[in-house]
Amino acid sequence: MPHDHPDHPHALLPPDPALRVKALETILTEKGLIDPAALEEIIDTYQNRIGPQNGARVVARAWSDPDFRAALLADADPVLADLGYYGRQGEHMVVVENTLQQHNMVVCTLCSCYPWPLLGIPPGWYKSDAYRARAVREPRKVLAEFGVTLPPETAVRVWDSTAEVRYLVLPMRPEGTESLGEDQLAALVTRDSMIGTGLAKVPS
Amino acid sequence: MTRVHDMGGRFGDGPVSPEGEDAPVFAEDWHARALAVTLACGALGQWNIDTSRHARERLSPKDYTRFSYYEKWISGLADLLVEKGVLTRDDLEGKGAAGLHALAERALKAENVAAALAKGGPADRAGGPAPLFHPGQAVRTRIPGDNTLVAGGHTRLPQYAVGAQGYILRLHGTHVLPDSSAHGLGEAPEPLYAVRFHASTLWAHAEHPEDEVVLDLWQSYLEPL
Repeated sequence: MPHDHPDHPHALLPPDPALRVKALETILTEKGLIDPAALEEIIDTYQNRIGPQNGARVVARAWSDPDFRAALLADADPVLADLGYYGRQGEHMVVVENTLQQHNMVVCTLCSCYPWPLLGIPPGWYKSDAYRARAVREPRKVLAEFGVTLPPETAVRVWDSTAEVRYLVLPMRPEGTESLGEDQLAALVTRDSMIGTGLAKVPS
Repeated sequence: MTRVHDMGGRFGDGPVSPEGEDAPVFAEDWHARALAVTLACGALGQWNIDTSRHARERLSPKDYTRFSYYEKWISGLADLLVEKGVLTRDDLEGKGAAGLHALAERALKAENVAAALAKGGPADRAGGPAPLFHPGQAVRTRIPGDNTLVAGGHTRLPQYAVGAQGYILRLHGTHVLPDSSAHGLGEAPEPLYAVRFHASTLWAHAEHPEDEVVLDLWQSYLEPL
């Protein structure tokens, strides 16, 4: 049964969202159901350790190493597991490559699915109604709001993450970067370029 | 019919307002707490990811629309904790029994967080029905598109793609079926495909003739053409 409640239990908690979280956290802690130290560990992990820097390393390596790139595009999971980037919300990864002919862009219209081990917690705009509603219907207008205009010969393919498969966009390598090493290349890879709402930075 | 979370293609939401790349991961401290409490409660093992998604989707349309992102999380969590019998309504009102809970021994400890996050929760399964479709094959999503097992139940077939013709792009493997799993009806794994749709088959005013939308869809969502 879907259990639609005419009077949802959450309404018993304080209406202010910060107080609502605090109240629930207190109740759960008193009952030993959550450990405050574990909460700190979870927050520290996603605030400081897991984020778009992981994905940027993967992209820089793919730009630098054709064999790695080919393996990543063919079957990403073992390649990413070797790098230590397997984990929650990244159990089934597919990497899609941007070219002059095709630009890839990722959304989750039904909730907020996102490749956590490679990009961390999604930004607010990714979870917004406007992005979720519009990315599938008018991706080019959405891209324009990110300052991205694609040439008419480039087709847009929008990936709606409706299952447990998570998508990472491999952006095009900027011109003039032939002499750069992987660390320098990684610094050009933005989070948005790996979602497909941005392009990699051009070196100044 | 669908629910309020199924908003792909909806009109009227206005522009996307991207915050910068260097914006904080959590805009407010309580956002971080909401995420951490939700993940920690998931470790109690009383529900799965499909159940927790469905709990957020079952917020009333009024609440879903007015709540911010992490308010949806924390409210869905409170509802689920009561529904699964972990907490009582009295507990939420501060009038519950004192002392340790029977599930306390399952609480996620700080020293196990890294391993739990690294382990993840893969959705692929051995067995299940054989794949019926092959890459390149034309298919149509079934009509009606809502959950066939439970009225008003969870599904991952968005309304905007119901009844549309597409083409199998790839087979992902055999994955847990959310329509069943969200309702305690078993994992019912099925072949899962990436299916591409021409934007012009989904929208009357597609932006470009070559644009496409790809969705991940289970075998029972699809019919051969």
